[in-house]
Amino acid sequence: MSEFLQFLFSGITIGAVYAMVALGFTIIYSASDVINFAQGEFVMLGGMCTVFLAAAGVPLPIAALLAIVITAGVGAALCKLAIEQARGASVVALIIITIGASVFLRGIAQVVFDKQLHRLPAFSGEQPILIGGATLLPQSLWVLGGAGVIVIALHRFFRRTLFGKAILAAAQNRQAARLVGININLVMLSSFALSAAIGALAGILVTPITLTSYDVGTMLALKGFAAAMLGGMGNPVGAIVGGLLVGVAEAMGAGYISSDYKDAAAFLIILAVLSFLPQGLLGARIRERV
Amino acid sequence: MAALRQPRTGGLLVLAAIIAVLPFLLPNAYYFDVVILVGINALVVVGLNLLIGYAGQISLGHAGFFGLGAYASAVLPARFDIPPLAALVLGAIGVGLLAVVIGRPILRLKGHYLAVATLGMGLLIFMLLSNEQDLTGGPDGMAVQRLTILGYKLHGVHTWYWIVGGALLTGTWLALNLIDSPTGRALRALHDSEIAAQVNGVDVVRHKLTVFVISAVFASLAGSLSAHYSGFITPNSAGFLHSIELVTMVVLGGMGSTFGGIVGAAVLTALPQFLTVFHEYEHAALGLIMMVCMIYLRDGLLPSLRQRLHWRRS
Repeated sequence: MSEFLQFLFSGITIGAVYAMVALGFTIIYSASDVINFAQGEFVMLGGMCTVFLAAAGVPLPIAALLAIVITAGVGAALCKLAIEQARGASVVALIIITIGASVFLRGIAQVVFDKQLHRLPAFSGEQPILIGGATLLPQSLWVLGGAGVIVIALHRFFRRTLFGKAILAAAQNRQAARLVGININLVMLSSFALSAAIGALAGILVTPITLTSYDVGTMLALKGFAAAMLGGMGNPVGAIVGGLLVGVAEAMGAGYISSDYKDAAAFLIILAVLSFLPQGLLGARIRERV
Repeated sequence: MAALRQPRTGGLLVLAAIIAVLPFLLPNAYYFDVVILVGINALVVVGLNLLIGYAGQISLGHAGFFGLGAYASAVLPARFDIPPLAALVLGAIGVGLLAVVIGRPILRLKGHYLAVATLGMGLLIFMLLSNEQDLTGGPDGMAVQRLTILGYKLHGVHTWYWIVGGALLTGTWLALNLIDSPTGRALRALHDSEIAAQVNGVDVVRHKLTVFVISAVFASLAGSLSAHYSGFITPNSAGFLHSIELVTMVVLGGMGSTFGGIVGAAVLTALPQFLTVFHEYEHAALGLIMMVCMIYLRDGLLPSLRQRLHWRRS
């Protein structure tokens, strides 16, 4: 039982990170119909920038804040310089553009930073908390808390603010949103910056547990995508549920079956979901029009 | 003469001429090595272009099939005493069957979903190759026996140049024939609209599966050749980055242009070899090429060039 609880804790922790990545996918997908395969690089940038700023003597909270701002800037630049220029491109072209962006950011990171593994100190001590025979790292609470705060803040942003509503309107129908005077370019730009910031925050929170390096982004993006797809693309609640499910499935698979194939869990889920539930758990049913 | 004007025969002749003349222009073994690598990648790209360019179905996992072919050629002779040539054929048949089994469920998907499903498939193959250490030697890779045909051991860049050149020419010929067949027309029809194609009596599922299997077998054969040529393989040949490189070659050369794909393979394979000064920036450059091509050269190098020429003439 305590073993199960242990796997569950680690699964939920890493699942919260996947959920944040999945949320990033969802926001950009809603605003622009683009699947941003560079989402994982935002997580990497958040972690790496914080590590290097902290190493340069910047106090940790300020380093973290700066890292989020820098990453949001990179997200905005990606939107402005690549996605906006490629308006009207096919799905395949957009997939390749964002994958190109991901390869590019990783290539730059390995030159600007380095190829080593880096870690940050845990925010509030390393003393594990004992619950029912299993241990929980205080940093896990930070990750879960961070994910919770993001979810609540996003909910309020989309429901209560005019700009949030504008993004939702653009997601519903871009043409109609433009007709009522919504600046679609601004909506897209801010959705990229917003999901980059969320990714960066996820990267900062999880670095004390999982470490970070220039190439952590690919796997995170793929698993976050698995999560987003499991929940149903474009559905924020689905993204969170999907993230937690992928995280728990991965931890259980690693614990009970084989840790060599830990990363396989997410892809087996993808293949199973796509084969049996192509719209995800909570996704809308859409028919192709001729 | 009219037959020569056709892109099929004319293009094939040009390709054959280039393959025949190139050895006299290459100064040393290093250049042969680069050209052989180009040929091997081009073989995959010709197959992949059928899937991406003609049928309009993306695959981000074709390096997985390439890797399986390579490992079939490495593992079967080394561990099970199967002759290398038989291993190459067995690998291709195995990959073809696997593609049938995987393709059936995932080819129902479209766009992003298909991209991620194929990507997941590629990564599972990669994990299998790097984790089954007893069989594959794990992440460190394994040595591959020389290919022997009729007791004659194939080695040296010149022999391999002709083998790869011949394979590429045959592969291109087969691909061009397929494009010009009823299957090819069906593929183009379903590329534009699957429903419209279906209404017109095209068996969409079967045709997508056929071209998926063909492209997988091309990748497997190229993988086998590459394994025997280099004599050593690692799971990286089946990795995500290799899949991406292959797709970029198709896109860079021009989706739906078989010869464009070969040009794409040549540019993207040769460029890093001659830009070793910028080795550190190799990935950054690859990413940049992918983005810039997709934004500014959406039709790809060769079709864009051709369009520009036509535009000037008229």
